[in-house]
Amino acid sequence: MTSLPLDWLQSDRRRLRVDQSAIGDRVYEFLTALCALVVPALVVAIAVAIFAAAWPAFARLGLSIVTTSDWDVRGGHFGAAPALFGTLVSSAVALIIATPLAIGVAIFLSEFSPSWLRQPVGFLVDLLAAIPSVVYGLWGIFVLIPMLRQQVMPFLRDGLHLGATPFFSGPAYGPSMLAAGLILAVMALPYISAVSREVLMAVPRSQREAALALGATRWETIRDAVVPYAKSGIIGGIMLGLGRALGETMAVTMVIGNRPEISASLFAPGYTMASLIANEFSEATNDLHVSALMAVGAVLFVITLIVNAVARWLVWRVSRVRAR
Amino acid sequence: MIGLTYLAAILATLPLVLILVHLIAKGASSLSLAFFTHMPRPVGESGGGMANAIVGTLILIGVASLIGLPIGIGAGLHLAEKRTTPLAYTVRFLSDVLNGLPSIVIGISAWEFLVRPVGHFSALAGGVALGTMMVPLVTRTTEEMLLVVPTSLREAALALGYPKWRTSIAVVLRTALAGIATGALVAVARIAGETAPLLFTAIGNQFWSTSLREPIAALPLQIFAYATGPYDEWHRLAWAGALVLITIILIISIAARFATRSRFGAPVD
Repeated sequence: MTSLPLDWLQSDRRRLRVDQSAIGDRVYEFLTALCALVVPALVVAIAVAIFAAAWPAFARLGLSIVTTSDWDVRGGHFGAAPALFGTLVSSAVALIIATPLAIGVAIFLSEFSPSWLRQPVGFLVDLLAAIPSVVYGLWGIFVLIPMLRQQVMPFLRDGLHLGATPFFSGPAYGPSMLAAGLILAVMALPYISAVSREVLMAVPRSQREAALALGATRWETIRDAVVPYAKSGIIGGIMLGLGRALGETMAVTMVIGNRPEISASLFAPGYTMASLIANEFSEATNDLHVSALMAVGAVLFVITLIVNAVARWLVWRVSRVRAR
Repeated sequence: MIGLTYLAAILATLPLVLILVHLIAKGASSLSLAFFTHMPRPVGESGGGMANAIVGTLILIGVASLIGLPIGIGAGLHLAEKRTTPLAYTVRFLSDVLNGLPSIVIGISAWEFLVRPVGHFSALAGGVALGTMMVPLVTRTTEEMLLVVPTSLREAALALGYPKWRTSIAVVLRTALAGIATGALVAVARIAGETAPLLFTAIGNQFWSTSLREPIAALPLQIFAYATGPYDEWHRLAWAGALVLITIILIISIAARFATRSRFGAPVD
């Protein structure tokens, strides 16, 4: 703890100092409020910049940017439907894989883990969020994709005979929607599990004790008393992971194959809105091209904004119950 | 079913282990002193390093911290002191929104403000984009850390005649300093590996440059360029670069973890 300077407190000029401090307080409050105002200012500035830059494309092309599939820079056609499709599908694949795993880890950490394992496992899962996107991409190109091409894809298609369904058919190139979904699953996992763990730990002891007292097994207690209590917070965590997956750029760009086609097969290469911007923006040839890419950015902005707002609201609802 | 949660824990930590093993296996053999001290060589020549990219990344982190830390800490102070004003709620919500925005969206808006008007890419634009990402992270951890400081400390200082601003800075902020430093470290670790916001701002540079007005090289950009390039030599350097980048980030993350644990008992994220 800091010790207060005694001589200052005892000095004759103390009264004067107190008067000055009113000015000091005002300056201090003004400066911190200014810093706080920067946050909304940044959000507004980003929104204005993107929507203003996207306006020419929206005015000229309207909603055809997201409803048509013809992206022809020279011909002036900018239809980013395949990228929108790819963003949604790759994120959906990621959530389907990551959600059960993340909730499993969260339940393990909050309920079953021996106490000496809790910290290290929690730390390792959290570290997944610290690995840069570009490193995931590098690993994806040189480790995941060869593995998918040589073992996983042939096994899924021929070994399990899933090739009969449209989702796992076609040639196994490697770079594909499946590769992007897998990488995104690993990247979204720490976000989902961190929030889930937090809300599970916030479930009151009495909730567990009541179920156990009624004769429920430990697993039944989790299933019937703990998870339902934390449900909306867990869904919030999933939405948060979804927000991450939707906007993820580098890793996806490196493994998805960057081909603007809509295909039902997860083995086929695809495209996402973020990778479309990443690939074309710095080489955009004319103003309409830049504006169309900004329009794609604006769509991405709105989608992630909604997903994140809903996620925060759900998590907030749970933590408010706890605070009461 | 309980066994399944153990399985989930193993499966969830497996990717991290695999990535680290591959990074060490493929990256370590390419690391040498030259990697840190030499410039990239032209295509076809072997050897060479990423000296410019390492320095570039440090400069970008510096610029981002100059923007992100003071604003984030100031905003955190405001939020911790004015808990329930409409402004506080708005700032809290919007900092979560900003935190959730895709980094590429922040990149293209930085381009719109700082690259388009001047007509050329610059390190400054890259630093501002990264700084923008730091602000919400630092704001929220600062607020959280300040709330851990007991009210009695603040009251004791005020009772002794300390003005409010001096109480906040010399007593409250100082008590929470370790926690705030952790938050700052976590934020730095988070932006150090960011690539997407730099694609259209700092853009990368094959040559030595430390000027804020010129395009600048950065480790993540260089890894991206080399990983997606056609040459084996480039792939080798990409692995080495990734190993260096992840080592920097892991050291910062682990340091942050231990700094807080010793002080507050439980780690924060």
